[in-house]
Amino acid sequence: MKPRLAEETTSGGRVGDRVRRPDAVQKVRGDFPYSSDLQVDGMLWGATVRSPHPYARIESIDTKAAKAAPGVKAVLTFEDVAGENAYGLEIADQPVLASDVVRYWGEAVALVAAEHPEQARRAADKVKVEYAVLKPVTDPEQALLPKAPKLHPGGNVTRHIKIRHGDQNATAEVVVTGDYEIGMQDQAPLGPESGLAIPDGEGGVDLYIATQWLHIDQKQLAHVLGLEPHEVRLTMAGIGGAFGAREDLSMQAHACMLALKTGRPVKISYSRPESFVGHVHRHPGKLHYEHGATKDGKLVYVKARIVLDGGAYASSSTAVIANASCFAVGPYQCPNATIDGIVAYTNNPPCGAMRGFGSVQNCYAHEAQMDKLAAALTMDPVALRRHNSLETGSALITGQVIDGPVPVAELLRLVHERPLPAPAAKNADLTAMPGGVSNTTHGESVKRGIGYAAGFKNIGYSEGFNDFSTARVRLSVVDGKPRVEVHTAGAEVGQGLVTIQAQIAGTELGVRDVMVLTADTEVGSAGSSSASRQTYITGGAVKAACEAVRERVVALAQSELKSGEGLRLEDENIVGADGNVLVALATLLGEEVIDELRVFRPRKTSPLDPDTGQANAHMQFAFAAHRAVVDVDTELGLVKVVELATAQDVGKAINPQAVEGQLEGGAAQGLGLAVMEEIQVQDGVIKNPSFTDYLLPTILDMPPVRMDILELGDPNSPYGLKGVGEPPTISSGPAILAAIRAATGRPVTRVPVRPHDLVL
Amino acid sequence: MNVNGVDHPAPTDPRRLLSDHIRHDIGLTGTHVGCEHGVCGCCTVLFDGAPVRSCLMLAIQAEGHQVTTIEGLAPDGAPLHPVQQAFHETHGLQCGFCTPGFVMSVVGLLKQNPDPTPEEIDEGISGNLCRCTGYASIRRAVLRAAELSR
Ligand code: FES
Ligand code: FES
Repeated sequence: MKPRLAEETTSGGRVGDRVRRPDAVQKVRGDFPYSSDLQVDGMLWGATVRSPHPYARIESIDTKAAKAAPGVKAVLTFEDVAGENAYGLEIADQPVLASDVVRYWGEAVALVAAEHPEQARRAADKVKVEYAVLKPVTDPEQALLPKAPKLHPGGNVTRHIKIRHGDQNATAEVVVTGDYEIGMQDQAPLGPESGLAIPDGEGGVDLYIATQWLHIDQKQLAHVLGLEPHEVRLTMAGIGGAFGAREDLSMQAHACMLALKTGRPVKISYSRPESFVGHVHRHPGKLHYEHGATKDGKLVYVKARIVLDGGAYASSSTAVIANASCFAVGPYQCPNATIDGIVAYTNNPPCGAMRGFGSVQNCYAHEAQMDKLAAALTMDPVALRRHNSLETGSALITGQVIDGPVPVAELLRLVHERPLPAPAAKNADLTAMPGGVSNTTHGESVKRGIGYAAGFKNIGYSEGFNDFSTARVRLSVVDGKPRVEVHTAGAEVGQGLVTIQAQIAGTELGVRDVMVLTADTEVGSAGSSSASRQTYITGGAVKAACEAVRERVVALAQSELKSGEGLRLEDENIVGADGNVLVALATLLGEEVIDELRVFRPRKTSPLDPDTGQANAHMQFAFAAHRAVVDVDTELGLVKVVELATAQDVGKAINPQAVEGQLEGGAAQGLGLAVMEEIQVQDGVIKNPSFTDYLLPTILDMPPVRMDILELGDPNSPYGLKGVGEPPTISSGPAILAAIRAATGRPVTRVPVRPHDLVL
Repeated sequence: MNVNGVDHPAPTDPRRLLSDHIRHDIGLTGTHVGCEHGVCGCCTVLFDGAPVRSCLMLAIQAEGHQVTTIEGLAPDGAPLHPVQQAFHETHGLQCGFCTPGFVMSVVGLLKQNPDPTPEEIDEGISGNLCRCTGYASIRRAVLRAAELSR
């Protein structure tokens, strides 16, 4: 039994071509099965009982009434967890179902499977859980105090990163300080968490799931289900966006447990409110900064204390705080740095990965500081940034010397020199005004502001983490024509990985007909679709496997044609040294199938020194700069972003159309955090778990994004490419903040910016 | 009710939402549900030719009416509808979860206004959310769709 999955389409195209996505045909037809569309005959529906308290001891769980409810086939609690009741991406600190204590509002406590989703939900309401309510710890600074209750056995510090670089007692002629605050952002992928678990009748289970990393799910699932990894097989279902929200387990273990218990397929699909508690969020944080510079505007030192609220469980907090700390200064040369980055456990919703993780939070602070410094020095803010920009061969505050192109000053020049949009027209359309069609102004009290920001971040895994991806490439003849099949476990989250894999295979093997197979755990791990790494790492694996196939084709041709050197594979033919076609590839292959598997590893990284944070901890860096132009209604505190301009070095644009989409889409998420998106948490409870109250940018909020895309080529990566997805989300928001400050003359130190921050 | 030219019996449950009825009872899963609240527009269908949010209607309200879902635009492998074609050509999607809703809204918009200005496009599809594209490629898709429909 198998649900219907997305078609394995063929496509062609070469690296660098503007290739239309092959999956788009099914997507525009409404025929692409997302995880929420999965169905098989006889499937049950699962529902989750969740804690109504952010912090409480569980006194008892009574499932009797729920078990007796109509249509119910199973009700499960922590006692039904067959393996170890603990999982997590980096620290296994989170129970599959809470046993003795709940640590956040919405934590899973029990599960129900029933014939109909409505029956499952009603039965879930009948599970009686008695709680002894405890006072939640909701402020990370409070959580760090010695008297705070310990939320986990090891205390409330999830990780503390110390960076001690250069002279710790450096002094400077000009000093500026600032405090900044970041709200909690949601990834808000439009496709809800969902999946379908089908028992195999022999104690194992097949899970069809929308996830960012099949193999890390598999590993965690085997552990909590008490099975061997080969007994938990995962297949990718259609993913309706991810952005970090699908890195952790959500309903995966729950659906598998219910399926194994009932012997029936079980589907779980979250509603939007449930999705808000079903995945981690971007860490909110408070950042205190001090910058010292010489009178002529050279950075002397940066001191920072960055405190992020990790919420109830660790998720990827340890990596997020590492980024926030390692890149705390931004893309600038700074000889001396003292950085303390701390992420704490609290009873707030758990936080983890979201596009640009760690670098988004600190960019708001370091860019505001650069503007403050420019003001103190009466220097132009762009000139100050360019004066201090990282260059090839600069040392980061972690001591790592960066190689390859580092065009920070050039990116800033490009956005700075771009022509500015026309001033607001006198009788402009209402949609062009702050407040839009609400008709709050016709231009009176509207002030324009322009702001700049630059940001950077690591690509791929860091700190010695074993980064690799696996690809299997198979060349055969189908219907008289050569066909390449590419099989990886890489997650197509929307970024266009399927297209890119086909382009790489098409380029390396010169074959037009490339089919990318469904991602699953039958092939080795691809690592996650996160940290902007997939084109580099899985792309690198596909390239390596294709090269191995190509070598075998050439060897075959040499032996068949009894020919010596100089043969090559070109445009579906074997070509001799003189360029003449010797034999068609299809003829040469005949019945032969050439199948190669390769694992690709980027260059190694090292762990941060625990006392000084010094190390070559990162594999690649990506840089971007933004300019924002905003109009602010200074009486009502309403903001209209008029235009965004960006410049980014992508190394090599494998599919320029997809690159542009990343720059535009990433900027929209940056804009969202800057001016509207915030999960409002009060005493540990989410107050706005719906799209009515959690605002996302619409087309009316999103200005045009003017782009300069540089392809400077990284000497270490496949085709010279750089990860693309995250930099657009890093400096876009801080540029908007700078523009708002310029328009209003107010310090504006918190995001998202609220109207009262601009007028009261 | 008539869905994509085929008559279907009314749902037995009078509280059934039109979106759930289309997806679960009729089995047309191209109509997506992203918010259940009338905010995201993923569930947009044509109701007697005009775009509506199927999560905000009861299925029984569609009794005696014509409903067109995304699957009805180019049925049984027919060539793509110009609006579908335009989204494909201009990379007007990434994950594609929002796409059926956008396509249905744009079909409705172009029917009313075959040659919309950029402002009219923005207003016409401001009720649909996309989390991936930042809307720029969707703007291009609508312009292209207008061109292809001429
Ligand atoms: S699901 Fe109907 S508008 Fe979102
Ligand atoms: S393409 Fe993903 S939500 Fe629009």
